[in-house]
Amino acid sequence: MTKRRFFFRMITSSLVRRRSRMLVALLAIAVGATILSGLVTIYYDVPRQMGAQFRNYGANMIFLASGNDARFDMDTVNEALSYIDGGELVGVAPYRYETVLIHEQPIVAAGTDFSGARTTSPYWYIDGQWPERSGEMLLGKEEAEFLGLGLGDSFTVIWSTEEDAADETGVTEQRTLDMTVTGILETGGSEEAYVYMSLEDLEALSGGSGRLDVVELSVSASREELDRFAGLIGTAVPDIAPRLVKRVTESESTVLSKLRSLVFLVTAVVLILTMICVATTMTAVVTERRREIGLRKALGASDGGIIREFMGEGLLLGFVGGLAGAGLGFAFAQYVSINVFSSSISFQGWLLPVTVAASVLVTGLACLLPVRSATEIDPALVLKGE
Amino acid sequence: MSLLELENVSKIYGELHALDNVSMKVDNGEWVAIMGPSGSGKSTMMNIIGCMDKPTSGRVILDGADIAHESQNSLTAIRRDKIGLIFQQFHLVNYLTAVENVMVSQYYHSVPDEREALEALDRVGLADRARHLPSQLSGGEQQRVCIARALINYPEIVLADEPTGNLDEANENIVLDIFQQLHRDGTTLIVVTHDPEVGEVAQRTVTLEYGKIIRDAQNANFIK
Repeated sequence: MTKRRFFFRMITSSLVRRRSRMLVALLAIAVGATILSGLVTIYYDVPRQMGAQFRNYGANMIFLASGNDARFDMDTVNEALSYIDGGELVGVAPYRYETVLIHEQPIVAAGTDFSGARTTSPYWYIDGQWPERSGEMLLGKEEAEFLGLGLGDSFTVIWSTEEDAADETGVTEQRTLDMTVTGILETGGSEEAYVYMSLEDLEALSGGSGRLDVVELSVSASREELDRFAGLIGTAVPDIAPRLVKRVTESESTVLSKLRSLVFLVTAVVLILTMICVATTMTAVVTERRREIGLRKALGASDGGIIREFMGEGLLLGFVGGLAGAGLGFAFAQYVSINVFSSSISFQGWLLPVTVAASVLVTGLACLLPVRSATEIDPALVLKGE
Repeated sequence: MSLLELENVSKIYGELHALDNVSMKVDNGEWVAIMGPSGSGKSTMMNIIGCMDKPTSGRVILDGADIAHESQNSLTAIRRDKIGLIFQQFHLVNYLTAVENVMVSQYYHSVPDEREALEALDRVGLADRARHLPSQLSGGEQQRVCIARALINYPEIVLADEPTGNLDEANENIVLDIFQQLHRDGTTLIVVTHDPEVGEVAQRTVTLEYGKIIRDAQNANFIK
């Protein structure tokens, strides 16, 4: 049998046959590794989780025309969207605004893609139903009250060209569309001052130029990624000026940064506590095994040999604790994610070696002082039982 | 030439002279019992011969070399290569089996050899207990494992400190029979004891009192 093989036989025997003694140290390491692995998983998953939560607060990027003469349509928008990674695009809602007459009152009508608006503005509360067919529309609560209209009411929407766009006979062009109210929009914000119809209806009413005024985007990405996308689009698509919605992106960035700091701090504290616990346990182990250490020295073990054996036990404990902790940590992170963010997380393969390495490192550091004290034991004293 | 020679060896702790100018020689293959009451200096002498302590003054010549003032590392190496230790309290590693305990000594000396360790246990009558943990062995069996461990590296000297102190009469006889066999095989034995019966079976008895040798005599009743 080689010396190395017997070395492993000794240290594994020590851990396996003295398991009741070593269980405390192993538990401390496993708990530390669990929290480390769990928190690091959450640390890296928080942006995704919080990003999804922040998407409930509306669009975080908008496209505007880059200048007074600039025009853009859906083809231009699709070109711009190609610069955003597909998996990160949650929703796109194009808007075109026209002034129309309802009950002879000038009202601003917004034409949009309702399925896109539902994803970029999930906080909209609709009393009634979202429009599903042509001829159906939403009224902002403010406009509904102003016009005295409610759910199910039908009326005619009139659009006409500006007077300065009248032909040489002085006649302005006028079109009409019969609409029915399917829902009243309540947001508590400026959205209540508009009426909403499908982009196709507004195009039919005002003429199909395809022009868009603004596009709202909901992108699941960090502040840095959003900046990168905006830079790319601004350069590659000259008609579009991408803008970040500061109140959303800044809030998201601030909350994430604070959450990450908190997780980092808790992880550091847990690692220090684990180290203290392991160091205490290993000190107790060394004290308890003074006679064995004395015996080994009496049999000819050098100080280096004693250090190797006790460090070997400590590192093996760290390895086993780290393995257990990586698995339990994922379960812990999954539990937190499901209960706090209502979504599951996927296992990060790289976290296994990182957790085991951190666990072995922390255990090794924690063992340094106790193991050093083991080399100072005088075999003549301890073997006499003094 | 003697295998071991102590020349004017003293060990002084403050005012206490644990060993006071002691001189003695032990020849190769000799079986010496070191006797004396508590506090006579037996353990101090054992620690110095066993390279676990250094004398305050004097020379300790083992196998032709003065080891009295060697460094701790050198003493550890000498202990590992030349001395087999047997303790009153056995001192087995409690989580290793009997054969693994014997192999620990091989591990520090050279290379662990399980077959050889099993043969050593067979010589002390423990072949069938090789895979048992110390807690599953009787006191006598534990002491025999300790003897097998002391012998496994073929040491120059086997040094036993009260080897029968924790044994009943039957186990004491078994251990003494093993010592007699070792002596017949030419092993040098130094046995520290306060038990006259153990002292009487040795070839020679050295008696200490207050750190001095007061008697050094061959045993008339010694049976080779």
